[in-house]
Amino acid sequence: MEFLSQVINGLGIGSIYALVALGYSMVYGIVQLINFAHGDIIMVGAYTVFVILVMMNLPLWLAVLGSILFCGVAGVLIERIAYRRLLVHEAPRISLLITAIGVSIFLQNLYQLLFGSDPKSMPKMFAFAPLQFGGVQLTSSTIINISVSVVMMAGLQLMVNKMKIGKAMRATSEDAGAAKLMGINTNTTIAFTFGIGSALAAVGAVLYCNTYPQIKPVMGGLLGLKAFVAAVLGGIGSIPGAMLGGYLLGVAESLTNAYISSNLTDAVVFGILIIVLLVKPTGLLGKNTREKV
Amino acid sequence: MLGISKKKRISYLVNLAIVFLIYFGISTLIAQRVINSYYSDIINMMLINIILAVSLNLVTGLLGQLVLGHAGFMLVGAYSAALFTLNVKLPFTVSFPIALIIGGLAAALSGFIIGVPALRLRGDYLAIITLGFGEIIRVIANNLTITNGAKGLYGMESLNTRHNLTGMFTYIFFIAVFVIFLNFTFGTSRHGRAVIAIREDEIAAEAAGIHTTYYKLLAFVLAAFIAGVAGGLYAHQIGLIDPSKFDFNRSTEILVMVVLGGMGSITGSILSAGVLTILPEALRGFSNYRMLLYSVVLICVMLFRPTGLLGRSEFSLTGAFEKIRSTVGGNKKNAAKKEG
Amino acid sequence: MPVLETKNLGIAFGGLQALQDVHFSIEKGEIFGLIGPNGAGKTTVFNLLTNVYVPTEGVISLDGVNIVGKKTYQITQNGIARTFQNIRLFKDISVIDNVKIAMNYQMKYSVLSGIFRLPSYWKEEKAVTERAYELLKVFHLEEHADDLAKNLPYGQQRKLEIARALAANPKVLLLDEPAAGMNPTETKELMETIALIRDKFKVAVLLIEHDMNFVMGICEHIVVLDYGRIIAEGSAEEVRSNPKVIAAYLGGE
Repeated sequence: MEFLSQVINGLGIGSIYALVALGYSMVYGIVQLINFAHGDIIMVGAYTVFVILVMMNLPLWLAVLGSILFCGVAGVLIERIAYRRLLVHEAPRISLLITAIGVSIFLQNLYQLLFGSDPKSMPKMFAFAPLQFGGVQLTSSTIINISVSVVMMAGLQLMVNKMKIGKAMRATSEDAGAAKLMGINTNTTIAFTFGIGSALAAVGAVLYCNTYPQIKPVMGGLLGLKAFVAAVLGGIGSIPGAMLGGYLLGVAESLTNAYISSNLTDAVVFGILIIVLLVKPTGLLGKNTREKV
Repeated sequence: MLGISKKKRISYLVNLAIVFLIYFGISTLIAQRVINSYYSDIINMMLINIILAVSLNLVTGLLGQLVLGHAGFMLVGAYSAALFTLNVKLPFTVSFPIALIIGGLAAALSGFIIGVPALRLRGDYLAIITLGFGEIIRVIANNLTITNGAKGLYGMESLNTRHNLTGMFTYIFFIAVFVIFLNFTFGTSRHGRAVIAIREDEIAAEAAGIHTTYYKLLAFVLAAFIAGVAGGLYAHQIGLIDPSKFDFNRSTEILVMVVLGGMGSITGSILSAGVLTILPEALRGFSNYRMLLYSVVLICVMLFRPTGLLGRSEFSLTGAFEKIRSTVGGNKKNAAKKEG
Repeated sequence: MPVLETKNLGIAFGGLQALQDVHFSIEKGEIFGLIGPNGAGKTTVFNLLTNVYVPTEGVISLDGVNIVGKKTYQITQNGIARTFQNIRLFKDISVIDNVKIAMNYQMKYSVLSGIFRLPSYWKEEKAVTERAYELLKVFHLEEHADDLAKNLPYGQQRKLEIARALAANPKVLLLDEPAAGMNPTETKELMETIALIRDKFKVAVLLIEHDMNFVMGICEHIVVLDYGRIIAEGSAEEVRSNPKVIAAYLGGE
């Protein structure tokens, strides 16, 4: 029973990774950029919740909605200001990566200036009494995290497969040149992808605030790295893959904490990544592509 | 004689003379206390950063592969070297050079272990796997007793004494010079050409008879070795190390130096490593805005010079001189034409 | 003994049988043509010969030794060098370095000799530079030796790619559509060059080409592929009059 509780607990934390991983995965799928600033978007989202909920004392639904909108817009703006020029000129990918690192440093330091570097405490947001199933206890945050992430993934999957913009996204990631020739506005599509990814990170941020009591300007660093690991683990570019990777990571973390040592959690996480990549380089659900000669 | 042209030989001699001039200039200033210990420490750190950037340039610039865990190799080198000098009963002047080599070899070994599986794959895998390695090695250093956990190692000796203010500088300076030299000669040897060919087109390189896995591994292990030596220098330069000094941010810092200066350009790496070490120190007065400014500069340089400040070209004194002469000469010719 | 021979060569991608029972043999110094409609599997044959793809069945023997399963670079070192349909040069480096890279495996000096510039470095580099110039001269590229490969005009890039392949000292040279995108004058010049390198370097040439005048004019032996199978082979005359070939090209029955 203890074991099962740990697994479910892990799924709850993994849900946060999964939501952030979706953003990494979509952006990498479409422009092959490891968007290191994506982790910091969670931080932006968390602080937006803090500002609206605690500082302005406004209702919770407004804080959630505000955070999602703010991050979505921020994602689009960052793409427009920091990446677009490089994407259009087909600059070396590494330049894009350095720019992303630049944006990450910028966001962290901007928020440090605005809010100070000490952590801010968050109130419990969606609290209700834990549920009991046999010997397994489900806390409110675990239930909320898992259900929200599942709904989000289903919605995203639906959008990518059924809606016009989703088809444009798939076409652009498959072959941007051909997509352009078919009349798809790839610039808008890419901006939209950044927006959606950032909005999902904001949802992740809300769940984070609901799960952990504190936020700080550098919180996005390691969280982002791990979410990226989740995306790679599941197979970058694949939506179910990102979710699977996130859940796996959460469970692995929770089990390591419980049965090995909380000091070694990060080593286990990255160790799993290396092993999976060596055995299946495309990740668990990634598809194989072969360069045409 | 043996294919060395007279022009090349002169340029070698000129460069050698410049190196010694710089060395004697700076070391005299340090010895005479014109440059105080605060600034001489900054100079040493700058040189260590140059070594790191130039070594990473071997992989990122020549081979065209992204590495996101270079600080991990530095950590391996720093800890191995420090543990050696701390535990061996030898005079420090003897144990220090041995420790540096041990640091380099330990880092090279870890590079080999990571590189063998990672370099078989094309794409960003090396980046991701080195990122994972950097994080794992840090966690390990944080948890072992021999590395003294999060407290780290301290009490490492330095070559600098009350009477010898330039001991560390001399070591670090000449190692930096050697690493720069090595980077240049390796890049223009047959091995370097093979590595560059892989960067340009891996499939074509393989079809041209290049054993791609071997050459990738060669560049990668060489870079890891140098990073290990740099780690050893760093450990003894600052005297205390702990795992947090070798985190992901440190890795990106080194990568930024390479890309900002111009990938594949050695002089570019040197230039940006120098500037990026001094800049934060110079901006101490604006400490709150320092990193904000740094990030904005970084983004702007990338946006407007995506290939870095120097691109792939090298800055050389003789080259600059030639250029000036040819433009002046060109003007004269044009003037003569007009008169005629 | 033929220099290159394949028997029962085939490959399947998933369920799709892309090539089946491909067999031919090329004699020393022969110019051999591989033709067929688009999608017939010609480039796939090249990819099998150089082990870019691993054949699912069959034997490829080079000088009587089976090379199936050897790595691409080993095959090049053993004597099969190729060019690519869509030119793959090392774009951002000099023309002469493009050629030197293919000579790398014939050079011996060690990493340390290279780093410390020991005499073996200078000696071998000098020799290789001379050889590379010789080769560039054959293709009239010596004046562009220090230009970046990407700055060459299209026709010269095709030539440089052939020069690079020859630099690997092959016994068999594989050319994938060498005349693609060339005008009639350039094509004619290329035909002469290919005949010249066959004589000068004593290599067998296996080429894929769509330009029928080119193939008929230069190849001593031709194999025709359609849907992954050989439908005809023989001299230019024999192939030209073969009804199966005409049907394959015209799409008739």
